[in-house]
Amino acid sequence: MSVVATETLRERYERVAAGGELADLWRRLRRNRAAVVGAGIVLVFVLLGVLAPVLVPYNPIQGNLNDRLLPFSGTHWLGTDELGRDLLSRILYGARVSLQIQIVAVVLALIVGVLLGSLSGYLGGYVDSLIMRCMDILLAFPGIFLALGIIAALGPGLVNLMFAAGISSIPQFARIVRASILSLKEREFVEAALALGSGSNRVMFRHLLPNCLAPIIVQSTLRMATVLLTASGLSFLGLGVQPPTPEWGAMLSNSRSYLVVAPHVATIPGVAIMVVVVGFNLFGDGLRDTLDPRLRQ
Amino acid sequence: MIAYILRRLLMLVPVLFGVVLVSFSLLHLVPGDPAQIMAGEVATAQDIARIRAEYGLDKPLVVQFGHFVWNAARGDFGISIQSRHPVKELLFQRLTFTLQLSLASILVASTIGLLAGIISSTRQYSVFDTASMLGALFGISMPIFWLGILLILVFAVKLHWLPSGGTGSLRYLVLPAIALGSASAAVIARMARASMLEVARQDYIRTARATGYAERVVIFRHALKNAMIPVLTVFGLEFGYMLGGAVLTETVFSLPGIGRLLVEGIFMRDYPVVQGAMMVVGTTFVLVNLLTDVAYAFFDPRIRYD
Repeated sequence: MSVVATETLRERYERVAAGGELADLWRRLRRNRAAVVGAGIVLVFVLLGVLAPVLVPYNPIQGNLNDRLLPFSGTHWLGTDELGRDLLSRILYGARVSLQIQIVAVVLALIVGVLLGSLSGYLGGYVDSLIMRCMDILLAFPGIFLALGIIAALGPGLVNLMFAAGISSIPQFARIVRASILSLKEREFVEAALALGSGSNRVMFRHLLPNCLAPIIVQSTLRMATVLLTASGLSFLGLGVQPPTPEWGAMLSNSRSYLVVAPHVATIPGVAIMVVVVGFNLFGDGLRDTLDPRLRQ
Repeated sequence: MIAYILRRLLMLVPVLFGVVLVSFSLLHLVPGDPAQIMAGEVATAQDIARIRAEYGLDKPLVVQFGHFVWNAARGDFGISIQSRHPVKELLFQRLTFTLQLSLASILVASTIGLLAGIISSTRQYSVFDTASMLGALFGISMPIFWLGILLILVFAVKLHWLPSGGTGSLRYLVLPAIALGSASAAVIARMARASMLEVARQDYIRTARATGYAERVVIFRHALKNAMIPVLTVFGLEFGYMLGGAVLTETVFSLPGIGRLLVEGIFMRDYPVVQGAMMVVGTTFVLVNLLTDVAYAFFDPRIRYD
């Protein structure tokens, strides 16, 4: 049987008064070494993506055909690809493109998913059944298939990829928010708010949703990893980001023919994807351990 | 048990209806005239009119949907625009291969995942435990297509032990099964470890140890059976996700599966193939989830009464 750790009111007061709730959360997060490593990776990834236009040593789109498939060197730190383009520049710009895709897709999924989940959980009844059946339908298509179907209808490209990845992520947010709302809406503070004359909108947005922030934050972080894998997978298939825009999955696809003569071209984009996904997974797991009250001591 | 299965089947009906609706909608969400897109850029007005009549695109949307549902129920998904073969035949051939690949992958995933998870739980915080959980983390994070490329580089190109792609004997399935099964092995390992650790804390396990049973007996006769119940749900889910991952694996290893058929259909604007593939995969996934739920209820009777 798991033990639910509790603290007295006085202990909680002293802890929070010592530095506030956020400072307390930060202190506990810092004690989780894996989460700190994950946060570090995510931070580096975001910085590289944001500063890519400043950091790139060469134009990531223009190449020199005389410099095709060069190995690591002082001139090209990570070598060059099959069209003579600097690999380091394309990796950095690829980080920028991936970051854009992740942010747009996750924000889209978050807004729509939280809205649907809130309505479903708070209103219940037919609304709940209708919304959850729609989410079940979206979840009936495994993994990348739903995104493929959307791309099939709308066509490949960066914007459609963001949209497809976002739509594929909506059910996860909706379910999590619904579960949180269902557990919170019977609590005394909601009853008190209603008794004081608060309308449904105020109760939902002012009282319920702020208390659902923890699972939403954790899901957003973990979802960033999934979206990166989905987007790079679709680009690998040729249905995502279109050339010559650098994208890590597309770079892997183009490099397959040169696996023997230049394995670094097929290895480095994959390492980049894996490291960033590990970072988001570690950070997300760490946030879950920190924000989940059942694991607090 | 029968009542539980019937309840789950009833809940399946709206979901399957939704799968059919989404598959039908794909063609009609395409910007522009679907008949013109299917006919191609160099098609004449007569070609477009023929396509429109052949695929019933000149009828009202509701009538088109009715025909689509009726035909789908009979397994008739139309004729492929590219190959002119019945889509049903193409889907059946390709789905068979994808299911073989998924089964091989779940075998790989369950063998590695269960072994790693059980050993990790019995040697908590040991070097093996740390290494296997780290391996699980990287397994979940590694893109399938990149792992496939690495496996080809090492085992096919450098060592010449296994073929790099194509079909034939079981040897051709080894590398694709490892690539596709690795992420699921990681999930199963984590789930098995967590589940075994949870079960190991139970009073009946402490009693079993106190009565003098050997550790092996305690683990395999008492702990494992109970720990497997939540792991069983993961098996079912992972089999379904393997259908999704098969798209990328089939592309890397040039395998004739349904995922690759879907991608080819998207590139060729062969919408009957795309619709058929989406419907078949969606239906398969839903049925696999149903079987998993039924199996879960069989092993844990408390579920039937929820």
